Amino acid sequence: MSSHCLPSQTIGPFYDFALTSNQKLGCMIGPDVKGERIALRLTLLDGDGAPVPDGMIELWQADADGTYAHPNDAFCGFGRLGTDQLGVCLFETIRPGRVTGESGGLQASHINVSIFARGLLARLVTRVYFAGDPALEEDTVLALVPAVRRHTLIAQPDATRPGQWNLDIRLQGERETVFFDV
Amino acid sequence: MSPGERQTESDTIYPRPDPREQPTLLHPPYRATVRRAPNQPLIRLPHTSSELTGPLYGHNPIGETDDDLTRQHGGEPLGERIVVAGKVMDEDRRPVANTLIELWQCNAAGRYFDRADNHPAPLDPNFTGAGRTMTDADGNYRFVTIKPGAYPWRNHSNAWRPAHIHFSLFGRCFITRMVTQMYFPGDPLLALDPIYQSIPEEQARRRLIANFDLDLTEPEWALGYRFDFVLRGRAATLFEERR
Repeated sequence: MSSHCLPSQTIGPFYDFALTSNQKLGCMIGPDVKGERIALRLTLLDGDGAPVPDGMIELWQADADGTYAHPNDAFCGFGRLGTDQLGVCLFETIRPGRVTGESGGLQASHINVSIFARGLLARLVTRVYFAGDPALEEDTVLALVPAVRRHTLIAQPDATRPGQWNLDIRLQGERETVFFDV
Repeated sequence: MSPGERQTESDTIYPRPDPREQPTLLHPPYRATVRRAPNQPLIRLPHTSSELTGPLYGHNPIGETDDDLTRQHGGEPLGERIVVAGKVMDEDRRPVANTLIELWQCNAAGRYFDRADNHPAPLDPNFTGAGRTMTDADGNYRFVTIKPGAYPWRNHSNAWRPAHIHFSLFGRCFITRMVTQMYFPGDPLLALDPIYQSIPEEQARRRLIANFDLDLTEPEWALGYRFDFVLRGRAATLFEERR
């Protein structure tokens, strides 16, 4: 007997009291977590380039060794924040290690991202890679993305804050972020 | 699948949903989609370890009243007390055990306990409208709450949302993440609701409507509604539950 997956519906505008009031979910690192500590600043923008102040962003990532969470790990790899009035979420995490890809090779270091908001009838999925990583050249997922659009997935180091990486997530428009069908 | 694309085992375990059974991202009758839905086609992602693992997210212990929204304050909330229960399963109807379900909703008057909600209906000091639970070993879950009210929104003239409860589920991996809404049988507002109507196929839409269930109904106390969640995923030997 088989059945069909339930349809998705929008998260709507009123979920903060239930899902994102706990700011601790944006800090993914405890004192014992090893790896290069980073801040990741994501800015969610709509088709007019205006901030989306009522979105929720979730991260899923490997630890510094390139392993996804085990229940006993100090680093669970999951983060969740609501966007602020400027459309911004600021996560504290570590730079993930490389994980295996489709054909057994290693993928470039990346963080998996889910985006929910009023006006989004289903979750959007994207990824965050890191500028200057030589492995970007050989990443098989980036290779599926037209070269002119790859920059939408690559966070840039902040000019003044060491350890901070910034990326705009544009839902629409000329520089629309690449979203994936998982 | 286009020529040249390789079918992998995980494509069989996690087949892509039929687009007619999922909402259309750009659905202009739901006005907020117009400047928020992506215009470019989504790029099909192969299923790698990034997609085939997922947060367990059970590390915050569930509180004693998290699954009973009528007992979270000093007194009882106003409204019609209800039980909402069912099973979380995959597309082969195998139970999804020990997975987190989060629920949120407005109160019986149609008002959310949320800073952003300015609908002039009363807040209920005995009702917040947020709950959490984990499914048991057989995928079962059960919440006690009150029936949410309908409420107006500014999408179009005289627009009202049908009564609904929001749900968020994680399931076995990143692919199975789901956020959706549960509706109530016989609601005349469903035919007029652009969010519900954004799902092209009627049969798929109807899966979001709970069934009144006399077996779940508790005599002299609360009406019961059954609502099962089917998450993505089919059986395969490789697809063992992570411990």
